[in-house]
Amino acid sequence: MAQVSMTVNGKAVSGEVEGRTLLVEFLRTGLGLTGTHVGCDTSQCGACVVHIDGESVKACTVFAAAADGAEITTIEGMANADGTLSVLQQAFQDHHGLQCGFCTPGMVMSAADLLKTNPSPTEHEIRDWLEGNICRCTGYHNIVKAIQAAAATMSGQAQAAE
Amino acid sequence: MYAFDYLKPSTLDDAAAALAREDAQAISGGQTLIPTLKARLAQPSALVDLTGIAEMRGIAVADGTVTIGGATCHAAVAGSAEIRAAFPALCDLAGRIGDPQVRNRGTIGGSVANNDPSACYPAAVLGTGATVVTNSREIPADEYFQGMFTTALEEGEIVTALRFPVPQKAAYAKFVQPASRFALTGVFVAKYSGGVRVAVTGASEKGVFRWAEAEAALSTEFSEGSLAGLSVPADGMIGDIHGSPDYRAHLVGVMTRRAVAAAG
Ligand SMILES: Cc1cc2nc3c(=O)[nH]c(=O)nc-3n(C[C@H](O)[C@H](O)[C@H](O)COP(=O)(O)OP(=O)(O)OC[C@H]3O[C@@H](n4cnc5c(N)ncnc54)[C@H](O)[C@@H]3O)c2cc1C
Ligand code: FES
Ligand code: FES
Repeated sequence: MAQVSMTVNGKAVSGEVEGRTLLVEFLRTGLGLTGTHVGCDTSQCGACVVHIDGESVKACTVFAAAADGAEITTIEGMANADGTLSVLQQAFQDHHGLQCGFCTPGMVMSAADLLKTNPSPTEHEIRDWLEGNICRCTGYHNIVKAIQAAAATMSGQAQAAE
Repeated sequence: MYAFDYLKPSTLDDAAAALAREDAQAISGGQTLIPTLKARLAQPSALVDLTGIAEMRGIAVADGTVTIGGATCHAAVAGSAEIRAAFPALCDLAGRIGDPQVRNRGTIGGSVANNDPSACYPAAVLGTGATVVTNSREIPADEYFQGMFTTALEEGEIVTALRFPVPQKAAYAKFVQPASRFALTGVFVAKYSGGVRVAVTGASEKGVFRWAEAEAALSTEFSEGSLAGLSVPADGMIGDIHGSPDYRAHLVGVMTRRAVAAAG
């Protein structure tokens, strides 16, 4: 067992892990943050996507020990400080970007990474970016619409702030 | 997964010492190794994480050579303005590996060490005649790849960097196998003053290989037309539910023409 420390959604946390403990296990079982899902456990589906130091990764394919010292953001860290949904989350609700919701945490975390580097992606760029996020329900159209709408709202807010 | 110790050295010497331990194994991005461990297809006593070694990260472009540290992730190569200015085909290849999350973790050293018969980087390494730099020697691409999942690497040897000679023009054409996101067949074509190299991945049971006839034809004239009538035999090509040996042999021709067209 080894001690790991990291910042998760802005809070310093630490815990004992085995070498083989996956980051997703540490988050879900160790910290009780069950918003991050495990869909396939074979690195294919993206339900487990979280951010490590701002970059989206599959938490089922990273060891907790490899994230020692890192800043992690999970879906639980995506809402606004007052608990209301962030623009991106709200857009998923408004545009019916989810049905069963199992893929949604990964979709939101993946999309947030995209919008950070590409604030106004084309439909093609969004679909291309979501290559690693599988949804069994929606057929993707409304997910893409939600991300486009969130991008538009966020760039409107950015302009208003200038 | 079976249990193992997890070590994260910060120098190459410490990593090499740790890898000398019986059944210790290197890990970089883990995008291949972690799924393998989950399936209990490997049982290392210790994993030695190479991503904390500063000298194995980073990108340098100088004197007609692109040097990429072994622990550099695919996304860093795809997004490198320096590489794009000199050798855009390499950025395009890296940017089409798997998906964004795989590209944020998976490394060039891990990919080249693993030598999956359907992986993308081996085509670029062989297709440019790059040099595989390890902690003990430098290995020319033509000697490095020795069949699927087999390389010239010794036990515990670490790929510290890749050195690519910058071509006059190049392109990688990948026919994606959409379930795995690897190449069903991919072809890397690179033109140098001394001739053209053509490397094929995803197709052969022997792993990545050079297509000598296409190289000769393209070295005479770099055009799609000079490939007319050339084909590779289906014998020795991979056959699986995604494509027969005949189909893959056919794709080698198609992807080579597409790569030549894309290189311009
Ligand atoms: C969903 C998915 C899609 C993918 N799609 C593609 C694709 O389209 N094209 C493609 O090419 N690849 C693809 N990959 C594979 C991906 O690129 C891997 O990241 C890569 O093959 C291995 O790199 P890694 O850093 O993750 O290595 P690891 O998984 O950490 O290690 C792989 C092997 O190499 C050894 N090793 C690692 N680093 C070194 C080193 N520096 N020196 C010596 N040995 C080392 C390890 O011991 C292990 O045996 C995909 C993977 C996934 C999960
Ligand atoms: S659970 Fe991680 S990719 Fe599916
Ligand atoms: S909403 Fe059900 S898997 Fe995407």
